[in-house]
Amino acid sequence: MSELKRTPLYPEYEKHGAKTIDFGGWDLPVQFAGIKHEHEVTRTKAGLFDVSHMGEIIVKGPESLIFLQKMTTNDVSKLTPNKAHYTFMCYENGGVVDDFLIYMIEEDHYLLVVNAANTVKDMDWLNKHNTYSEEDLNIEDVTKNYVQLALQGPKAEEILQKITDTDLSTIRFFRFLSDVRFTGIDSEAIVSRTGYTGEDGFEIYIDKNEGQKLWKLLLEIGKEDGLEPVGLGARDTLRFEANLPLYGQELSQDITPIEAGLKFAVKLDKKVDFIGKEVLQEQINNGTDRKLVGLEMIDRGIPRHGYSVLSGDEVIGQITSGTQAPTLKKNIGLALIQTNFAEVGTEVEVQVRKRKLKAIIIETPFLKRK
Amino acid sequence: MNLPKELLYSEEHEWVKKEDGNVRIGITDFAQDELGDIVFVELPEVGDEIEADEPFGSVESVKTVSELYAPISGKVVEINEELEDSPEFVNESPYEKAWMIVVEPTNASELDELMSSDAYKEMVDED
Repeated sequence: MSELKRTPLYPEYEKHGAKTIDFGGWDLPVQFAGIKHEHEVTRTKAGLFDVSHMGEIIVKGPESLIFLQKMTTNDVSKLTPNKAHYTFMCYENGGVVDDFLIYMIEEDHYLLVVNAANTVKDMDWLNKHNTYSEEDLNIEDVTKNYVQLALQGPKAEEILQKITDTDLSTIRFFRFLSDVRFTGIDSEAIVSRTGYTGEDGFEIYIDKNEGQKLWKLLLEIGKEDGLEPVGLGARDTLRFEANLPLYGQELSQDITPIEAGLKFAVKLDKKVDFIGKEVLQEQINNGTDRKLVGLEMIDRGIPRHGYSVLSGDEVIGQITSGTQAPTLKKNIGLALIQTNFAEVGTEVEVQVRKRKLKAIIIETPFLKRK
Repeated sequence: MNLPKELLYSEEHEWVKKEDGNVRIGITDFAQDELGDIVFVELPEVGDEIEADEPFGSVESVKTVSELYAPISGKVVEINEELEDSPEFVNESPYEKAWMIVVEPTNASELDELMSSDAYKEMVDED
């Protein structure tokens, strides 16, 4: 077994009482003060996340737009410099290679921020389809050059504004700036108003050598507003309540974006055909046999990833994610089930270990964005 | 880590307290700390038979489900119903408020297999 990778912030975790786990080959904090507490802090004040394990891939060169149009489902031609969007990279069969954000840095220069565990697979897939010369297209994995921090929560802007002269209120949702400077830090950072919690906030990309300094500075400056470090455990419950998909659970090589209810990032009418278009088009036109739904337990019990969903004795699908949602205080789950059971109000059962427990299909998103 | 001297401990991180012929069972301070915020406790019913080293229930944290393994065999004579509404007792008070079940042992000699607080501490420290 190879040694776990560590981000440049690893030495900081212990100071805040972190418990770390192996997350896709990375030694990362699952929690600091406790998942429920960190979740609450992020919803009501602000949380700071080390997400440096996320992969960063640069795609550059005169053919980069057309290449990304072929490789991804969203319409890259709609991006302008300093804008980002969410997209999918699909297989021919419509299954998902990965879901990620594309940042347009400038013309012919894009940054892809991909799932940590998929970075190598994504690079292979991109390289495999790269038929261009080096002058026309350049693809590079630059993950190790960056520390990525996420500052999330209602106090995020107020806190970050204390350490920069850039007017952060000008950065709208899914916009970013690449030249943000912070007090006492030499290099410029990319700051986007994006996140994975359902709260307002920012994601910050900074030179790996400055990451530790920025982390410490933020925690110090944000203390009076209640800022605390947050681990992967709360990151998962936060994104779950906001119905943001997690690759490997709501999306996979066997689950298409249409089945997962994420049609908004699949643009059939863009000028360049993309890999997987045929299948996704067919699914959009004719519907899918399976659909991702929200469900709430009626009986006492917590739905978990992989549990079967039943109607009578028939297995009609699986739970993709589930927990006791800390903000909503409900035992809820997302499930990929047969479409004919997907209507809100339908009663189903969840196999929770030896017991079949009653549940009901509910509306999503669980947590409405403010 | 709080490990009361008067209790016995199992390899699966349960504590056992002898009480006039019966035994009271819960999970250790070490276990609750490892699990994190407990949000759900599933216990057997009064009258159920449990068997040493077999699961008799489960505790769920926000993130995971963990089985509870019976430290001894016997009949469940009492369960802590308060844990249904207050699973957080497991984190707050693992040895007092969060006792889980009381069992009438079928074979009291199974208690001899359990560890002292010192032996349990040694085991935990080694991991």
